[in-house]
Amino acid sequence: MARKMRIFTWCVLLLMIAGIMLAGCGNKQAANVIKIGANQEMTGNNATFGQSATNGAKLAIKEANAKGGVIGKQLTLIVADNKSEPAEAANAMQKLITQDKVVAVIAPIASSNVIAAAAVNQSNKVLAISPTASNPKVTVDPDTKKVREYLFRAAFIDPFQGSVMANFAGKSLKAKTAAIYIDNTSDYAKGLGQYFKETFIKNGGQIIAEEAYLQKDTDFKATITKIMAKKPDVLFVPGYYQEVGMIVKQARELGLAIPILGGDGWDSAKLPEIAGGKALNNTFFSNHYSPDDQSAAVKAFVTNYKKEYNQNPDAFAALAYDATMMVIESIKRANSADPVKIRDELEKTKNYSAVSGKITLNSTHDAVKSAVIIEMKDGKQTFKEKVNP
Amino acid sequence: MNAVRKRDLLSLLGCVALYAVIQGLIMVDILGPFWQLNIVLICINIILAVSLNLINGFTGQFSIGHAGFMAVGAYLGAVMTVKLHLPFIVAIIAAAAAAGLLGFIIGLPTLRLSGDYLAIATLGLGEIIRITILNISYVGGASGFMGIPRYTTFTWAFFLMILTIFVIKNLINSSHGRACISVRENEIAAEAMGVDTTRYKVMAFTIGAAFAGIAGSLFSHYFYIAHPASFTFMRSFDILTMVVLGGLGSITGSITGALLLTFISAVLASYPEWRMVIYSLMLIVLMLYRPQGLLGNHEISLAIFKRLMGGVKSGNAQNK
Amino acid sequence: MDFASFLQQLGQQLINGISLGSIYALIALGYTMIYGIIRLINFAHGDIYMLGAYFGYFATAILKMSFIPSLIIAMVLAAITGMVIERAAYRPLRSAPRIAVLITAIGVSLFLEYGSMLLVTPQPRTFPAVFPAEIYNVGGLVLNSQQIVILAVSLILMLVLNYVVHYTKSGKAMRAVSYDTDAAKLMGIDVDKVISFTFAVGSALAAAAGVLVGIYYNSIDPLMGIMPGLKAFVAAVLGGIGIIPGAMLGGVLMGVIEALVSGFFSSTFRDAAAFGILILILLFRPSGLLGKNVREKV
Repeated sequence: MARKMRIFTWCVLLLMIAGIMLAGCGNKQAANVIKIGANQEMTGNNATFGQSATNGAKLAIKEANAKGGVIGKQLTLIVADNKSEPAEAANAMQKLITQDKVVAVIAPIASSNVIAAAAVNQSNKVLAISPTASNPKVTVDPDTKKVREYLFRAAFIDPFQGSVMANFAGKSLKAKTAAIYIDNTSDYAKGLGQYFKETFIKNGGQIIAEEAYLQKDTDFKATITKIMAKKPDVLFVPGYYQEVGMIVKQARELGLAIPILGGDGWDSAKLPEIAGGKALNNTFFSNHYSPDDQSAAVKAFVTNYKKEYNQNPDAFAALAYDATMMVIESIKRANSADPVKIRDELEKTKNYSAVSGKITLNSTHDAVKSAVIIEMKDGKQTFKEKVNP
Repeated sequence: MNAVRKRDLLSLLGCVALYAVIQGLIMVDILGPFWQLNIVLICINIILAVSLNLINGFTGQFSIGHAGFMAVGAYLGAVMTVKLHLPFIVAIIAAAAAAGLLGFIIGLPTLRLSGDYLAIATLGLGEIIRITILNISYVGGASGFMGIPRYTTFTWAFFLMILTIFVIKNLINSSHGRACISVRENEIAAEAMGVDTTRYKVMAFTIGAAFAGIAGSLFSHYFYIAHPASFTFMRSFDILTMVVLGGLGSITGSITGALLLTFISAVLASYPEWRMVIYSLMLIVLMLYRPQGLLGNHEISLAIFKRLMGGVKSGNAQNK
Repeated sequence: MDFASFLQQLGQQLINGISLGSIYALIALGYTMIYGIIRLINFAHGDIYMLGAYFGYFATAILKMSFIPSLIIAMVLAAITGMVIERAAYRPLRSAPRIAVLITAIGVSLFLEYGSMLLVTPQPRTFPAVFPAEIYNVGGLVLNSQQIVILAVSLILMLVLNYVVHYTKSGKAMRAVSYDTDAAKLMGIDVDKVISFTFAVGSALAAAAGVLVGIYYNSIDPLMGIMPGLKAFVAAVLGGIGIIPGAMLGGVLMGVIEALVSGFFSSTFRDAAAFGILILILLFRPSGLLGKNVREKV
């Protein structure tokens, strides 16, 4: 037994040493390679979204490399997992910047994770661009009211999307009363819900029910029954497609026939699969692009993505692809792999034709682009109206 | 008695020396920011593991709601510094007091339960705490409590860790501690011998919770944010894993477990897709080979080191 | 809210709750069996449920099988998985402290979750329409035929299990092992075989639940087992862990509590209320609703 224990202890020690060596090896910077980091939700509750985003970013890198790379160098993407937890996001950011020495980081999906990691990349002067974080606080420090110099986003901000849908509900659908059903674990959904509420009330409407669910819930019938009893004109569900699909399916089953509205978290080919095409009739959501006015960029992206991963891209993949492409463009324009220069160029991004529309970064580092409202008809996305910022 | 004091003094000197070495390495930049962060994380995890060990390992009460107390400490500490602008030390004391008080209030009724029923009750309580926080907009709700200043430094984390270990070690070696152990070994016999079992169970629970609160406030003041996602039941399992892996009823075991698991987790960050698979396999294999934990219920001492280096084989009563 | 509409809502919420509860019950049955025999909180049970859903998905979507054969395939494959897990991860720890086995179970659970995420990607998948969902509307109360199927299946399985445990030879062996493992061994019962059999049955039940839920909610993903697994465990404890009718009762009660809380109080506090009620029940009946002081085992 003593012998066994000794052998075992040595094994553990060896393992630790091996670990340090491995971790140490990560530092080797090859001369003709530029490293971009991705700090993503690869495991934990948001793994679905984080892995989609990582796929999008990988595709962008691959395409850029196929075209000969940028400024004569090849690109590599270094992915670090943040376990869908804010503290781990800070940890992953620290590792990418100080161990792997990346020149730019594709920041996490969730706003809270980006904010937790923000201090790390700010103090190291390496830019981070989040594909989807939509909370205004991501790019503007709430205490000092100053713009965070090294943080950017490729997505809409909550106030814009929330008010777009509230205006649509009030003006186009002539709704007087609305119910809001949000994902209580997601700050994205909460932000959208809050701004929807503000705008809807400002337009003279009334919010008669506010309910919440948790991520990975599967049964929504109890709450839907409760909402039905209050008889609202519209239901706003600003969540992600997996839960939304089930909510729409169960709502229609229970006989709730009113329009159901949502945000860009709905955009996925999985949505009609889960909810069923018929149940999705009379539902609307805001998105970055419409399949009808598909540009060549969108089509190429969708085909390439399908070829690469054998699945349809969702909004996360598209936005991460755009964010990565914007970084690559900035490296090209800066003609240098210096993180500060890349940041300066990224800030100047104007009218960049991305998959998710023409992106201009404004003074608070938010992507300004027009939103389209999509109506679902028998499982197909159709263009309803366009809203300019 | 004198000998004990002398040993305490020696280990205290050792701790200061360790601190000086690590701080020196940080200052001359051998340990980069990534390892600095992980060292602080290790210190926090050691506080959590050692305090849970007091409840699970020494008193034998199966609790899996430690993350809840950590959350209380994290949020309350943040309220103290951010909203009330109080100094960090006050925040830490308040966090410990609040978590301890909550542990006391919760412990009083629930510790009547035993075994798996207690486990599920504490798991439920941890989740209730988290869900309640999720619904308080004063502390940010689902977005988390943002804008917390980074007051936690390596020095804070290290000395609070030493304080935790010191307090819990001395507690266990006192008559109170022996009462706790008697509850673990045989509750009925302990009661028959006149040990007020409820009192000691609640005491262990309260103290454990208070230290978890300290760890929580260190945690939120290091990562700038306190977020409900950091305090799910998976966090409780993580802490429990550190305790069991190191050895229930061994303080040095908990330290080893926390050190090892935090380290493995940090190293595996480079392999995101495989990270959890490797981590889980390691967990299974380690448990299969050392079901009693790496150290069983023994403490690391110099004697064990001598033996490990291949020397003395006699007189090792530790090896069953 | 007037009285008639209140009654109608209450009726609908009860339907919602019972249908949700029957799913918890289905998972809790396997949980409680495994607990009854080796006193192990098998945290991997929720993940076997997830694996079952995926086996069913591959049988229906890739191999284009119809409902019954794919359900059987999923159950058989899950039973084998359960036995392999027991053999590889739990059997070597038979004499180890129980908490060590618990940590191993957490390890197995993480392994199944992230191993399958690696294999099938975290993207949710949807079942092809293998059995139809008729919607009945009785006096304003809405009922789905799949809900009835799930409730019926869990009731039948509970009865079958109860029969197996109480009236067959292998059931007798299971009860003997549960009561006193060493004495059972002395009486010539192959303990390992009995435990293996229990895992097979428990895992097959979880797989059945996985396939039914996959069809009912029409969305499965590698992390789908975590919350239902936890809730089912709570349900099993609520009913008195180790007792088969207790799992059924606990599951249905859990579902009804959740539906009533989110229907009449606040959906944000649904889980908190469910856990709170659980703790209260435990404080007054420390061994669950159907548990006795000297517990009837398996």
